[in-house]
Amino acid sequence: MRNPSITVKRKHPIDTFLMGAIYLSAFLSVFLLLGIIGYVFVKGIGTVSLSFLTTVTSALNQTVGILGNIVNTLYMIVITLLIATPLGVGAAIYLNEYAKPGRLVSMIEFTTETLSGIPSIIFGLFGMVFFWETLGLGYSILTGSLTLTLMVLPLITRNTQEALRTVPDSYRNGALGMGATKWYMIRTILLPSSMSGIVTGVILAIGRIVGESAALLFTAGSAYRLPRFTEDVAGNIGKCFGKIMEPGGTLTIELYLRMQKGEYDVAFGVGCVLIVIVLCINLLTKVAANRLKPVK
Amino acid sequence: MKSETNASIMGNRKNKAVVETVAQIIFTICALFAILAVISITLYMILSGTPAIFQVGPMEILFGTVWAPTAAEPRFGILYVILTSIVGTFLAILLGVPIGILTAVFLAEVAPKKLAMAVKPAVELLAGIPSVVYGLLGIYLLGPVMYRLEKFVFADSTTHQFTGGANLMSAVIVLAIMILPTVINISETSIRAVQPGIKAASLALGASHIQTIFRSILPAARSGIMTAVVLGVGRAIGEAMAITLVSGSSVNPPLPFNSVRFLTTAIVSEMGYAEVGSTHRNMLFTIGLVLFVFIMLINVVLSRILKKGEVHR
Repeated sequence: MRNPSITVKRKHPIDTFLMGAIYLSAFLSVFLLLGIIGYVFVKGIGTVSLSFLTTVTSALNQTVGILGNIVNTLYMIVITLLIATPLGVGAAIYLNEYAKPGRLVSMIEFTTETLSGIPSIIFGLFGMVFFWETLGLGYSILTGSLTLTLMVLPLITRNTQEALRTVPDSYRNGALGMGATKWYMIRTILLPSSMSGIVTGVILAIGRIVGESAALLFTAGSAYRLPRFTEDVAGNIGKCFGKIMEPGGTLTIELYLRMQKGEYDVAFGVGCVLIVIVLCINLLTKVAANRLKPVK
Repeated sequence: MKSETNASIMGNRKNKAVVETVAQIIFTICALFAILAVISITLYMILSGTPAIFQVGPMEILFGTVWAPTAAEPRFGILYVILTSIVGTFLAILLGVPIGILTAVFLAEVAPKKLAMAVKPAVELLAGIPSVVYGLLGIYLLGPVMYRLEKFVFADSTTHQFTGGANLMSAVIVLAIMILPTVINISETSIRAVQPGIKAASLALGASHIQTIFRSILPAARSGIMTAVVLGVGRAIGEAMAITLVSGSSVNPPLPFNSVRFLTTAIVSEMGYAEVGSTHRNMLFTIGLVLFVFIMLINVVLSRILKKGEVHR
């Protein structure tokens, strides 16, 4: 024994090695993560300009722009959320407020878990066969949205459930004890108190929709044009709704196609826009989680 | 709003009962939707995946090594495609998981609080970055490096087919980076959830901090870390868009410098031109079915682990 005294710390060479490995891994992870975000941002920011964001790619006008893709992405977000939010919140309310523990509940929970584990390419195949071919919805934004609905459903259900669980039982008992019906209690007490969870789920769903590509390639297509607006107001509104049934490529699809063609400048431009959107969504999630916390 | 409020509390009982029942039915239907979705996905995957099995024959599909769907005498062997997915995922896990777990240890045990608070959001942000962006960086940055390495390794080889950097190794590196956020987040949470008593006891017995981490804390966080690994496997095996271009585009045995096809990338790169109703297209659905079977297995394993974790707690 080199160190006979117990007050002197013995050095383990393997400790130093493992500590080194920990620091190295952490450094590598952080370096990679920040490097990826920074590189795409720096590389792409040069391409992003006002005309890049507000025009559609056209050989005639000699413009390269992604407005069409931005509009498609917005359509996709709105339609998907319109369908998925009520479904997801409803499912969470059933699981938390109505269901009694048993076979059915564990089935629902297992399938929700499964849905969140299925890779997007499988959703893409399913959407293609079911919504496109079987239901005859064609190659359209609607087909894409319905496919995405299945993907984001678990996110919304799970976040709403978490939020419902944090609402104290005394709220429920108080409302019921004063004679409110269950539905009235859910509508006026539970939903407002769990708003932060619902909003967080919705924002996370938006992030998923914005970042999705494999599920959309074969369901929503890659069109990037805008409806041609005319003087006729009713006609224009009709065109806005009609767009739902037309193909439309989101930002990620545009990035993929550009990358496939080797047009890296535009690809990095789109990547930069996507990263800014993801950053904003992340911030929003934080704000939502803090701001909308139920008042206790 | 006010009058509605009154109506709801004071309204007649019959109306209220109807509203209550309707509400409950609607919520139940919402909840059943997840089951419906999973059942119909399973059904449709099987329905559209099986015709090709009868057309080509299961042995030819699973053990055939030649993939030539558009040749005059088409061959549909996907053995190499399946092997690529397995080997690729395994290597990505081998590369990504240790780095991920050690980073989680750093964040939860070693790093000063302020640093950990700064790194955590960055990791979360990474989980949200679209997979095509990873693919873009893979092909733009990793590709040329790999090509140089390839030229160096195979400088004297006359038989090697040069891939220009789009090979299995590039795909594995991209996948390993993509699973990092998942592994880091979940491992860190489970390390933080370990009872402080375990750490204190280990330190009090005279173990060093490192010994405590590797002998006491990590074993105690085992089920969470296993979850992280399984989720990482799921993410890696199901990833498509990030590695479509990075992995090359021909079916070859999964060797590091070969241009390869994964289950996912086979679907993405050929679905666009496979004729509707052809054996080729049916075969792509069969590949989808194989992938689906893998994912379902992973899900079952995952729910087992989660259940076990609950029992231990």
